[in-house]
Amino acid sequence: MSRDVNVGDRLADLVKEPITRTQLVRYAGASGDFNPIHHDEPFAQAAGYKSVIAHGMLSMGFLGQYVAAWAGSPARVRALSVRFKAITWPGDVVTCKGEVTAVRSEGGRRLVDLKVWTETSAVTGEGTATVDVS
Amino acid sequence: MIDRSHIGRTTEPLVLDVERGHIARFADAIGDPDPIYRDEDAARRAGHPRIPAPPTFATALRPRDVRAGMGITFDRVLHGEQGYELRRPMYAGDRVAVSQRVADIFQKSGKAGVMDMCVFETTGVDPATGEVFFVGRATIVVKR
Repeated sequence: MSRDVNVGDRLADLVKEPITRTQLVRYAGASGDFNPIHHDEPFAQAAGYKSVIAHGMLSMGFLGQYVAAWAGSPARVRALSVRFKAITWPGDVVTCKGEVTAVRSEGGRRLVDLKVWTETSAVTGEGTATVDVS
Repeated sequence: MIDRSHIGRTTEPLVLDVERGHIARFADAIGDPDPIYRDEDAARRAGHPRIPAPPTFATALRPRDVRAGMGITFDRVLHGEQGYELRRPMYAGDRVAVSQRVADIFQKSGKAGVMDMCVFETTGVDPATGEVFFVGRATIVVKR
C-alpha cells in the first residue's frame, strides 16, 4: 500500500446496520461467548438491564472490519485495542470513526497509528489500532 | 472481593484449528461483507495464501476457562477493555495453541462503588514452532 497518509487524516465513517437480537445470537455462536446477558431477556432484566445488551466484542469486531478495510487487508492490522465506555443495545446503529495519530517507522516497516471509536447516541468504545502500510 | 492469589494461574494450552466455515460465520455475525472471508479465490486475488481470519477472530478461539473457580458469575461482569497484539496473521488451516493467564486483579472505585478488575491474558501460538500469533488482554469488571 503506497499512499499518502498524514497525521490528522480522518477515515471515512462506517455506518453499520441496526443491531438485532438475532445478530447477538449469531455473534454468540460464532465467538463462543454465551453469557446469557446477550441473548436471554429475563436473565438480562434480572441483572438490572432493560433488555439484552450487545457484546462489546461485536462493536470491536465492527472496528476490526473498519480498520482492515482501511488497511486493505486484515493481515496489515498489527494491533487493536478498545475501551468499552457505554452499553450498546438492540436497535442501536453503530458508526465507526477513526483518525490518523502517527505515521512512523519501526524495524524497517512503515506503521500508522489510528485512534478509532464507535458511536451510537454516545461514544460506546474508543481505542487504538496499528496498521502496517509498508 | 476476588482473591489476588489467583494471579498467575494459567490454563493448559488447547490446540484449535482455524476453520474456514468458522471464519465465514464470524464475518457474517459482524456483517463484514469482504469476500476474502468466504471465498478462497477472492482471498488469493487479494494476496492471501488462504482465507484469512478477521482482526478480532482470536476471541473465537476460546482457551480453557481460567476463570473457573474464581467466583465470577455472568450477571456481574462487564467487559471493560480488550486489546490484541496481532503478531502473525491467522489463516484457515492454521493450528493455534491457546492458553489463558490471570495477569492481574485489582480494585477500582467508580460511580457504582468499588469493583474488582481482572485482567486475563490469552496467548495463541503455533503449536509446532511456538511462534506467537496473538496476545489478547481482556480487562473484566466484576460488580460486587
